[in-house]
Amino acid sequence: MAQGVFAITEQRDGELRKVSFETVSEGRRVADGLGTELTAVLLGSGVDGLAEELKKYGPDKILVADDAGLAEYTTDAYSNVLAELIQSSDPAVIIMGASAQGKDLAGRLAAKLDAGVAMDCVKVQLENGNLTYTRPMFGGKINADVEIEGAPQIVAIRPNVMDITEAAKNSAIEKPAVQLGEVKTAIVEKKMETDDKVELTEADIIVSGGRGTGGDYAGIEALADALGAAVGASRSAVDEGWRPHSDQVGQTGKTVSPTLYVACGISGAIQHLAGMSTSKYIVAINKDEEAPIFSKADFGIVGDLFELVPAITEEVKKVKE
Amino acid sequence: MDIVVLVKQVPDTESLVQVADDGVSIKKQDIKWIMNPYDELAVEAALQIKEAQGGTVTILSLGPEKAIETIRTALAMGADQGVHINDPAAEGSDSLATAKLLAAALKDIPYELIIAGHRAVDEDNYQVASAVAELLGIPQVSMVNKVELTDGKITCHRTIEGGTVVVEASLPALFTTQRGLNEPRYASLPGIMKAKKKPVDVKTVADLGVDAALVGAANRKVKIKSLRLPPERQTVKMIEGEAASDKATALVKILHEETKII
Repeated sequence: MAQGVFAITEQRDGELRKVSFETVSEGRRVADGLGTELTAVLLGSGVDGLAEELKKYGPDKILVADDAGLAEYTTDAYSNVLAELIQSSDPAVIIMGASAQGKDLAGRLAAKLDAGVAMDCVKVQLENGNLTYTRPMFGGKINADVEIEGAPQIVAIRPNVMDITEAAKNSAIEKPAVQLGEVKTAIVEKKMETDDKVELTEADIIVSGGRGTGGDYAGIEALADALGAAVGASRSAVDEGWRPHSDQVGQTGKTVSPTLYVACGISGAIQHLAGMSTSKYIVAINKDEEAPIFSKADFGIVGDLFELVPAITEEVKKVKE
Repeated sequence: MDIVVLVKQVPDTESLVQVADDGVSIKKQDIKWIMNPYDELAVEAALQIKEAQGGTVTILSLGPEKAIETIRTALAMGADQGVHINDPAAEGSDSLATAKLLAAALKDIPYELIIAGHRAVDEDNYQVASAVAELLGIPQVSMVNKVELTDGKITCHRTIEGGTVVVEASLPALFTTQRGLNEPRYASLPGIMKAKKKPVDVKTVADLGVDAALVGAANRKVKIKSLRLPPERQTVKMIEGEAASDKATALVKILHEETKII
């Protein structure tokens, strides 16, 4: 019978991605709850150092698939290798990040393993040995509790939601030989934005601007800089061409869960609210006191964002000094 | 090039979604249904490729009777024909079962390229397209915002956190769309008239040769136990003050002292 928990980690350019620590920490909690072993799984090329780093989060075992062909993520090589590792260990639960990688991989693995997937989960609960997963649907307008029948159960957790817990262990590292299988895709180029740009889905703080900015994001960018935040945008701002598509928060953009979400000049269309409603704190700044955004915010200020945002930036700088 | 586009009919993103009395589904009345926005990008991408190099565009959709509207919309945009998997036995299928049905239908449709939205904005599962690609044994590239086709290969710009990777795949292949790929056209009036006469094949689960015990609401691997609205926030605390600087000071004080974020 299937048993044990797999936590599939993610690395890029020689660094573990933050969601990996969330995955292993959540995996530890689930494995402890089920009274079973946690195996962290790491794919890459020359990643011994990263395997050492994973010990900090307490897996019982770390499976390392180290191959030049795994240096960059490709759907085929990664799914082939993972399916092989999963089939030989037969885990009951597989946890991965609902990242660009996880979202690409989950369906492929599900079809290979004939397994059910709970995508983009924000909570994992264990009761009487049964796991229930909470996942937003309709872009966050509804929360669903789901269970998965059969094994393995594949769970993709929303980045930035689960707690990272250090619980260092002298985990056993195993490096099985792996077969990449047939690979029909190749990475020809990787174009990364400037290093210091904070990725929206991983940001702790997001300052977002909407139609009320009139396309002028200078104040919002300055506040984001002062806070170490990422800049987001509403759909209408993106449709106007003021911000790139990659900045869009909402049901047809990115779903975000930062600790603090500052909405500036965003009225609060239902599809936007859906994409940011799981933020821990929401601050709304809008000149229209009737704007729907205020009904979803913790703190609100009615006023001109071109006066308020620079004033807030100054205050933030003072407090941070 | 023969292209198949996978489309799904979903509730309009501007719609309020409410939980039905059974607690495990949503209220379907009073909802405006639309083509999944990412699938519109997929239809547009297919039409642009067809316009550049010829071929056919087939729309494949699984859904109830009503889903024919979405297929007709795609035909009105310019697609050539439709295949509608319409069978009460398939209703409520989860992502993997849906993929099995679509993959079975694809055995009878010629294709070199399959295009789909990267997710449907109803259940947000992000799985059907990847599972279809796996079941067909073809490569996939997800969340693509730029695509080029050259002799037997497809080059896709795939969006990832903080950047883009350029991925090359051999054909036949599947890719899923991301915003930024294109601006979907509207159906023209003549297009709408023509769409009424374009052929749409209706298929049942039995027609596709898929075991009925693998599909439908009763056979989901992912069981929905309950649906609920997200918890409401407490009433907003409005920050008052004379000048902008007063309000700014008050807000930052709260963020610093109460929430300890700053």
